[in-house]
Amino acid sequence: MSGQSTTTAGPVPATRERTTLSEHIVEIVSDSGEGAQKAGQSFGAISAKMGNGVWTVEIIPSDIQPPPRTKESASGIRIRIGSGVVSNAGDEANIVVAFNEIAPYSRIEQGAYQKGTKILLESMWASHDDEEVRENYARAVADFKRLGFEVYEIPMQEECLKVVPDARRGKNMWVLGLLCQLYNRDIEIAADQIRHTFRKKSQQVVDVNLQLLQGGFEWAGKHLDFLYDLPPTLGEIDQVVMNGNEALSLGVIASGIEVCSMYPITPATSASHHLAECFERAGGLVHQAEDEIAAIGFAIGSSYSGKPAVTITSGPGLALKTEFIGLAVMAEVPLVIIDVQRGGPSTGMPTKVEQSDLLAVLYGQPGDTPKIVLAPSTIEECFQFVILARQIAEAFRTPVFVLTDSNLATGVQPFARPKPRKEWFAPPIDQSPWPQGLNPYEWEPSNGISKRPIPGQRGGEFTVTGLNHNKEGRVSYLPEVNQRSSTMRSRKLAAFARTLKPPRIHGDDQGDLLVVGWGSTRGAIEEAVDRARAEGIAVSSLHLRFMSPFEPELKQIFSRFKNVVTAEINYSDAVDDEFVPAEHRRYAQLAWVLRARTLVDIGCFSNVHGQPMRPKSILDAIRTITQPQNA
Amino acid sequence: MYGLKPDPCVLEVPDKYYSTGDYEKGVARWCPGCGDHSVLSAVQRLCQEKQLPPEKTVFVSGIGCSSRFPHYMKTYGFHGLHGRAFPVAEGVKFRRPDLNVFVVTGDGDCLSIGAGHWIHSIRYNMNLTVLLFDNQIYGMTKKQTSPTSPMGTISNTHPHGSVLPPINPVQSTLGVANVSFVAQTADWIPGHLYATIKAAHEHQGFSFVKIMMRCTKFLPEQAKQMVGDKEHMTLLQHPDGIEVDMATANLFKHTVQHDPKDINKAREYSEDPDMFYLGLYYQDKTAPRYDLYGAHNLGATPEQKLQVLEEEFDKFAV
Repeated sequence: MSGQSTTTAGPVPATRERTTLSEHIVEIVSDSGEGAQKAGQSFGAISAKMGNGVWTVEIIPSDIQPPPRTKESASGIRIRIGSGVVSNAGDEANIVVAFNEIAPYSRIEQGAYQKGTKILLESMWASHDDEEVRENYARAVADFKRLGFEVYEIPMQEECLKVVPDARRGKNMWVLGLLCQLYNRDIEIAADQIRHTFRKKSQQVVDVNLQLLQGGFEWAGKHLDFLYDLPPTLGEIDQVVMNGNEALSLGVIASGIEVCSMYPITPATSASHHLAECFERAGGLVHQAEDEIAAIGFAIGSSYSGKPAVTITSGPGLALKTEFIGLAVMAEVPLVIIDVQRGGPSTGMPTKVEQSDLLAVLYGQPGDTPKIVLAPSTIEECFQFVILARQIAEAFRTPVFVLTDSNLATGVQPFARPKPRKEWFAPPIDQSPWPQGLNPYEWEPSNGISKRPIPGQRGGEFTVTGLNHNKEGRVSYLPEVNQRSSTMRSRKLAAFARTLKPPRIHGDDQGDLLVVGWGSTRGAIEEAVDRARAEGIAVSSLHLRFMSPFEPELKQIFSRFKNVVTAEINYSDAVDDEFVPAEHRRYAQLAWVLRARTLVDIGCFSNVHGQPMRPKSILDAIRTITQPQNA
Repeated sequence: MYGLKPDPCVLEVPDKYYSTGDYEKGVARWCPGCGDHSVLSAVQRLCQEKQLPPEKTVFVSGIGCSSRFPHYMKTYGFHGLHGRAFPVAEGVKFRRPDLNVFVVTGDGDCLSIGAGHWIHSIRYNMNLTVLLFDNQIYGMTKKQTSPTSPMGTISNTHPHGSVLPPINPVQSTLGVANVSFVAQTADWIPGHLYATIKAAHEHQGFSFVKIMMRCTKFLPEQAKQMVGDKEHMTLLQHPDGIEVDMATANLFKHTVQHDPKDINKAREYSEDPDMFYLGLYYQDKTAPRYDLYGAHNLGATPEQKLQVLEEEFDKFAV
């Protein structure tokens, strides 16, 4: 069997040249617990430190404790590195490092690999004691070749055993060494990264891992018959690298919020994990409530009493919070609500990406509940938008949503290290006497804003109520009072909209097609647009970061393009679905809202595959849509 | 407090001395004869006696007849959602140890739609004074069965009589981990009502007071029967219990000595099908308090926050 495979057992000439690349995608797949993610994160960090662009995303098994060596147990990480900025996880992988032969299968099913993808496969299973394992391995190698992958059998176990007695712990750092050689990484930077990763461990642990790194590095130098170079072009700037949930968590601290009230839910919870580690030292606390409803109620109570609060959730939790969201709008209690979207409806696909909560956030409450909704499109914006959201919530006395998704939550990208300022923090609670004669809802007619009395302010005593109330805060069902208070709450959106600038267009400001996106798809859309433009297609893109109210001048922008479509990860009926007449077609969520808002016949390209959108699929859609014009 | 400082030659002039009127707002719109009026008077009297600054006092309620309560108090108030008074009150108290927070709730609000929050609020043991107005019927929505309606109660949802035995809120509260104060009183015995609410307010922790209420509108027969029934009512007495004056004690035909540290006896009394015990069932002054956790790291300076952020960025630095 080994005779048929492309084994690289013997030494190769030292003179072989490195192939220079502009970008590459690497996946490391294994059973969970084998450290593939740590190896990948380290590889990403080393590359970022060298000045390369990086995007990493974890491949997470959907079961808690799947049996090893099964498709369900495949866990791992994808790292896309480029000479310049990398804004998304890309299309198919170029290099796959597999700790066993089963792990790649689930990724193959998801279309993550293509013909020519190189699979660097742990070869220990070929000589396993169990005949079934040996047969599986042989079958897999044959499958991979039949599918057009190039298979390289690598004696990872054997090489690691030269350094450690138990190769299951340590193989990941050996693989890191191999990748560092493969991509011409600076071995000193890599060694520093290992020292950083294991800084809380003993010197002995650090030394062993350094030996493993060196082992993998040297082995690849001697045995791999292909090597690459990825010259960095970004220079050495002060950067931090983290995932979107960690960025949200740091944004919470940087906003001066001191209460995060949550209930565990995938994929939002990890933000609270990070926060729980360091929040307390910064004067904050994570409150794990008894349920999703209590989590937002508690946050509202805290914010009402003058301590700004955030609640973090995902789709099912958002559904439960609905009534309290309505109360926060009605009673005008400032609040930051973060929704890390996942696959829906119902429990849906907890670990998979979707952008399906937009309409629920905008319109999910009974009655008219105008609210401000922000959608970060990068990891860095996850950090910035929480700070912004807290400020808007206080200034406009209203709940503000931050809509992210599991692609941002688990995606890791370096960005310039923020320089936090005291002005970002919430001011101390106002306990000065309440101005005499000032009503608790003394709405300023031009913007609907009113100053709110906070408990402790003498003379401001009033009762918050979810019932309709007049400017004195008293319950009233009079027609003109309800009309007036509704108008005032709505007017805040118009006032906020006046502070926004028209969105920036990626590409020319006119053409055949404009692709409109929001949230985590930005990198993939802009990359697809760049590739299409290189093919001569007159396409541009627009990425919305304010979902309610929208940024201004959208209609004017749309009018300069022959076609406008949204690209979204949520459901729409296929345009050519023979069972769905055009007048009954259901559109993607942003498309619905934009159509209503602009009266432009906006189309949509969307799916609910649960995967981040790939540039290639968007490029294909761009080609299809623009074909009649090109022909 | 109004009065003299330890040095009797120096007169302490308080910032402001509050009269009962300083806590009164509007005209309570409950039915004539409704027990809610008695509780309102008792609470206003308590605020006056304790000289609680109105601006530092918050009444949080849910939805129902009882939950209109904050509208009649000239303090801060939060009339929120049905069943959700507890989470809001907990959020108010969490980072504001300086505020006096009361929760006003009813049998439907607390024991039915908000039951999950009720159970957990007992366990949080935050310093909240909780007044459960238990009139055994839904009044605001016009006579539906409540979780405490006695079996067989005729209501609009059970015109042939309710079919399930009622929840016993005192028994249930005594069964939850970290319970710290459970008392029962009745709206028609003002002396006992006041003494109980006062003791509850003085307790540092989650003080749960079940107030037996009359609903003269929808359960008039029952209201009349309860008020007149001295055979099935016993006063719990103890030096560590709730102190009532002689006149109030004399209203009871039966009294029993009960040590509020004795949770087993407390549970036994709560489960007695033939007798209502009024007074302090149980008190544990040492139960861990979540509001103390909430207040333990208040007052971080901007410099401390900046330092934590820089440390965290160091961890993520490349």
